Amino acid sequence: MSEFRFAVNVLPKPGILDPQGRAVELSLPHLKVTTVSRVRVGRRVELTATADAESEARAVVDGLAKELLSNPLIESYTIELLEATSSVAAAGTGHAVTRS
Amino acid sequence: MRIGVVTFPGSNSDVDALNALAVAGVEPVSLWHESPDLQGVAGVILPGGFAYGDYLRAGVIARFSPVMRGVTDFAAKGGLVLGICNGFQVLAEARLVPGALLRNRSIRFASKIVAIKPGRLDSPFTHKATGAPLHIPIAHGEGCYYADEATLDELEASGQILFRYVRADGAPALDPDDPANPNGSLRAIAGVCNAAGNVAGLMPHPERMSESILGSDDGMQLISSFVESARAWETGR
Repeated sequence: MSEFRFAVNVLPKPGILDPQGRAVELSLPHLKVTTVSRVRVGRRVELTATADAESEARAVVDGLAKELLSNPLIESYTIELLEATSSVAAAGTGHAVTRS
Repeated sequence: MRIGVVTFPGSNSDVDALNALAVAGVEPVSLWHESPDLQGVAGVILPGGFAYGDYLRAGVIARFSPVMRGVTDFAAKGGLVLGICNGFQVLAEARLVPGALLRNRSIRFASKIVAIKPGRLDSPFTHKATGAPLHIPIAHGEGCYYADEATLDELEASGQILFRYVRADGAPALDPDDPANPNGSLRAIAGVCNAAGNVAGLMPHPERMSESILGSDDGMQLISSFVESARAWETGR
């Protein structure tokens, strides 16, 4: 078994009113920033799934993202693999592969 | 007759709902979120509050609590379920009523008395209403009703829009920026029901206006509609 660390990024779907994003935009003039627009505010959830293969872990996380972490009526999500750790390495020590 | 009110961790209008049911002359039964057993009640209210802290999204964690298995089965058999405020958010997350409740357009928590009007007077939740605007409090941060255009058209055609926010002249506050529309809800929707008509949710709190000592008993029109329909359903079984 290996451990897979994922991030699930949830954002309001295009066209859905995002008053938080709007509030952030309205604060920009106070910071004298005039070159930033189209702010959307979402949510990021990081979690670790244990499975034999990345595809298996990803399927579980995808199910969670669909049913719990996002509401498909109003939000979309993307899944990012952050780190994979093999916990049954022959030498007895795990090794981690980190992707950015 | 017994009517149940679910208490989730974070519910805060459960006692008000139990009281309104007692005023309506039925035996109120408190249902705990950890058990799917509805104890043979003839109707269920999901009350207002902040179930499970409203973490992640309002209502979503509550949706997966054991009591919701009982509520879903009960609704599938035709039992009457009324979600008030946070209870509406739970029903929407559970897909027992259509649509979603977004953060208020103003981003502010809205706590005030609003005017709503029933969309129809022949539903189990409104048949005792006079049809005149009801003045009922709201208290929520996420009450902006959203569904896509096709769904909204369908809800309108099938009479599933049970309540709308109305202006002083009685017309629906269709402009999301109209001050009479407290949260920016599309088509001024304050409450909807499922296609079968036995599960309904609304953002305003009828139980908080259920006795004249509370300032008004406007809300009792809805509570007594619900209670009487539950009685008819139980008798007809």
